[in-house]
Amino acid sequence: MSLTHLQRLEAESIHIMREVVAEAERPVMLYSVGKDSAVMLHLAKKAFFPSPPPFPLLHVDTTWKFRAMYELRDQAAREAGMDLLVHQNPDALEKSINPFDHGPLHTDMWKTEGLKQALDKWGFDAAFGGARRDEEKSRAKERVFSFRSANHRWDPKNQRPELWHLYNARKNKGESMRVFPISNWTELDIWQYIHLEGIRIVPLYFAAPRPTVERDGLILMVDDDRFPLRPGEEPQMRSVRFRTLGCYPLTGAVESTADTLPQVIQEMLLTTTSERQGRAIDKDAGGAGMEKKKQEGYF
Amino acid sequence: MSAPLDPVYKTDALIAEDIDKYLDVHQHKTMLRFITCGSVDDGKSTLIGRLLYDSKMIFEDQLAALEADSKKVGTQGQELDFALLVDGLAAEREQGITIDVAYRFFATEKRKFIVADTPGHEQYTRNMVTGASTADLAVILVDARKGVLTQTRRHSYLAHLIGIRNIVLAVNKMDLVGYNREVFEKIVADYRAFASSIGITDFVALPISGFKGDNITTLSPNTPWHAGPTLMEHLETVEIDAAHDAAKPFRMAVQWVNRPNLDFRGFAGLISTGTVKPGDAIRVLPSGKTSTVSRIVTLDGDLKEAVAGQSVTLCLADEIDCSRGDVIAAAEAPVQAADQFEAVIVWMDEQPMLPGRPYWLKLGTQTVSATVTEPKYQVNVNNMDHLAAKTLELNAIGSCNIATDRRIPFEPYGENRELGGFILIDKMTNATVGAGMIHFALRRSDNVHWQATDISREHHAALKNQKPAVVWLTGLSGAGKSTIANLVEKKLARMNRHTFLLDGDNVRHGLNKDLGFTAADRVENIRRVGEVAKLMTDAGLIVITAFISPFRAERDMVRGMMQPGEFFEVFIDTPLAEAERRDVKGLYKKARAGQLKNFTGIDSPYEAPAAPELRVDTTAMDAEEAAEAIVRMLVP
Repeated sequence: MSLTHLQRLEAESIHIMREVVAEAERPVMLYSVGKDSAVMLHLAKKAFFPSPPPFPLLHVDTTWKFRAMYELRDQAAREAGMDLLVHQNPDALEKSINPFDHGPLHTDMWKTEGLKQALDKWGFDAAFGGARRDEEKSRAKERVFSFRSANHRWDPKNQRPELWHLYNARKNKGESMRVFPISNWTELDIWQYIHLEGIRIVPLYFAAPRPTVERDGLILMVDDDRFPLRPGEEPQMRSVRFRTLGCYPLTGAVESTADTLPQVIQEMLLTTTSERQGRAIDKDAGGAGMEKKKQEGYF
Repeated sequence: MSAPLDPVYKTDALIAEDIDKYLDVHQHKTMLRFITCGSVDDGKSTLIGRLLYDSKMIFEDQLAALEADSKKVGTQGQELDFALLVDGLAAEREQGITIDVAYRFFATEKRKFIVADTPGHEQYTRNMVTGASTADLAVILVDARKGVLTQTRRHSYLAHLIGIRNIVLAVNKMDLVGYNREVFEKIVADYRAFASSIGITDFVALPISGFKGDNITTLSPNTPWHAGPTLMEHLETVEIDAAHDAAKPFRMAVQWVNRPNLDFRGFAGLISTGTVKPGDAIRVLPSGKTSTVSRIVTLDGDLKEAVAGQSVTLCLADEIDCSRGDVIAAAEAPVQAADQFEAVIVWMDEQPMLPGRPYWLKLGTQTVSATVTEPKYQVNVNNMDHLAAKTLELNAIGSCNIATDRRIPFEPYGENRELGGFILIDKMTNATVGAGMIHFALRRSDNVHWQATDISREHHAALKNQKPAVVWLTGLSGAGKSTIANLVEKKLARMNRHTFLLDGDNVRHGLNKDLGFTAADRVENIRRVGEVAKLMTDAGLIVITAFISPFRAERDMVRGMMQPGEFFEVFIDTPLAEAERRDVKGLYKKARAGQLKNFTGIDSPYEAPAAPELRVDTTAMDAEEAAEAIVRMLVP
């Protein structure tokens, strides 16, 4: 009996999650409600069955996610028997930071700062993230167990070597680990696994008629009435879906009629643009955008 | 743009026609992990970029970015520079070299591939060993114009050392030598002679051009003399290690004990070799207790069988002791357990290895304290010569003996990578400083038995009517350690206590006169003093020591040698400026003048105790008061 690539990836991810639980004092799973988070949650259930996953879920909320994401988030945590912690950066809340008026500051305050605040607030020393090495060039070099200094910084030049299945989770007080159990999965692996395991994902990944406007080359969904329409802009119903989910005003939709998982996968495979292109965030700081954000503490 | 851009490898015929069939095919793929090794200019990144491109893992927007980048910083003129696809970090892009391990992914109908891209620079042995540790196969790249170089030998040695069974010799840049068959065959013959000399018995040689695409996915018309396979064919069909591992006896390191309630106790782990079924007899190591497997539990229902490479939860028929770090093995073929080993160590830290210093050793799921001896030899990775060495520097490889503080279950690395490979972790910085591969257990630990003596340490102590102790004074040179130690001993003598004072300077005239002041020698100095002090406590004495002992790790090592409650660490806390002002022996002056190297506080660090039994602030109390405080601690 020869294991398939998905079976081997699953086994590796489960092994990583168990190592964290065995060695960390206070682990947490970052949960963003996207498809990668859905796979992570599913793997966590498998890793610790029949126990529920022995850590809470943490959603670093920007208040600007799609409504459908909030619905699934609460339901998924309840079904898994896990605590759901939600953190919204109080400074960002007070200043009403939003993607329309504040540009890159939006991501910086809600997500980067919000994440640091949340980790400090609850004293988590290990945080699972759903990043994959195939997503972006600087991710390709990040370790599975990624060490962060007491002020959450990542030093790409000084990473711990990772050999065999041996992960060094040791750290001093105040320091922490970001752990990426699905590092070695590709986008196709994620979709295939969702298909094979029947994992529930946010309906936004499937095509449906949705109110949208076209702006700066992106098709944006008008998910609620906070969306300020420019003069002449009129939301139009288009059959669209999303390949990646973030804050709705920053996430571009693609026109599509794919409303089943195989059709979505088919479109993904036939498509000619890469996954993160629908997100404005990578382009902020030129070619090295993500690497710079990560050094500063972004996931 | 003149690069040949026709993707020649079709993976997507089914996607448009029958997506369900396509998904079914792709759900049954296997996975191969491999590494590419080559020197800076061998075209390694170009080859990986080519594999990604030919298997359609590059999207249009990435291609557009690649075109723009190629014009801006590319090294291939107006042609596409595939290397830019894989060189990740910003600094590297500017330098035009790859400097860390990067993982890349592509897939064909038959397999998913994970490529570890590892650099060819000499100082990055660490990275190559890291990338190779999880690989089933190594592609050794050789520039057809240059032939087998020192780097080629080094990469091959490392790949072989780390246990990779499948070696591909990829003679690259064949386009630049006119696809000349003689050139290719000469390189293959040279390589064969070298490879067999280091124990590589089998390899596959391919003439390729990563840049032009020859023999990557289709046989090249430019090399009609090469009958195949192509690189991709070989990668798709070579036997993977996982299949090999399933045929070995069953072993699983226990990661975590799953106890949701009193009725369930499961042992979670990743099966490293073999297969397991309910009813199988197992033995838990190192305890040696036996039981049988009652269930293999998963979220999707109990399994009838599980194999190497799967993460499972096992339930046992009996309530036996078993926890994280233990190994569950086939009862009829259990693993060994030992506390002394011979191992090959690859050093991975800027700070050289310190023989005698305790490090954390992680092997499988167990973490124990371990010390490493001086290397028996260091390997020159360029010609495989054995060199004498006192320590191992960054990227050095050597053979050492290792002693762990308890017996651990293991297997020789050649038989089991997961239970024979370990990492060493610095106890202070928590950095991963070394990686090792166990050759075999040393029988010495079995042959040197403790001589049981009739007069016990308790008896010795009772005769002297006292509790043995070690009072360990640590602090900067000139802090006042010797003065205070001397006063403490005088006070204790007046109280009819049997004592002995071990002083740093005095010990260096005799027992330790062969040692200098390098970090390694300082560690050995303290280790010997610790052992002597320990023997003296066995004899019932109160031992007072006065050593700078600057490193926390060694003080903790000595503490670990003593009986609980018998070690008293006393920090003689004198600020550097004050010690330097006193400078009773004139040493600071010499050190400042550069006449004395490795002087603590000047050009060698002092690590203050985090939680000493007593801290003596010499700016707040004099030597007499300090000695009194120490005596009160010992004799309340």
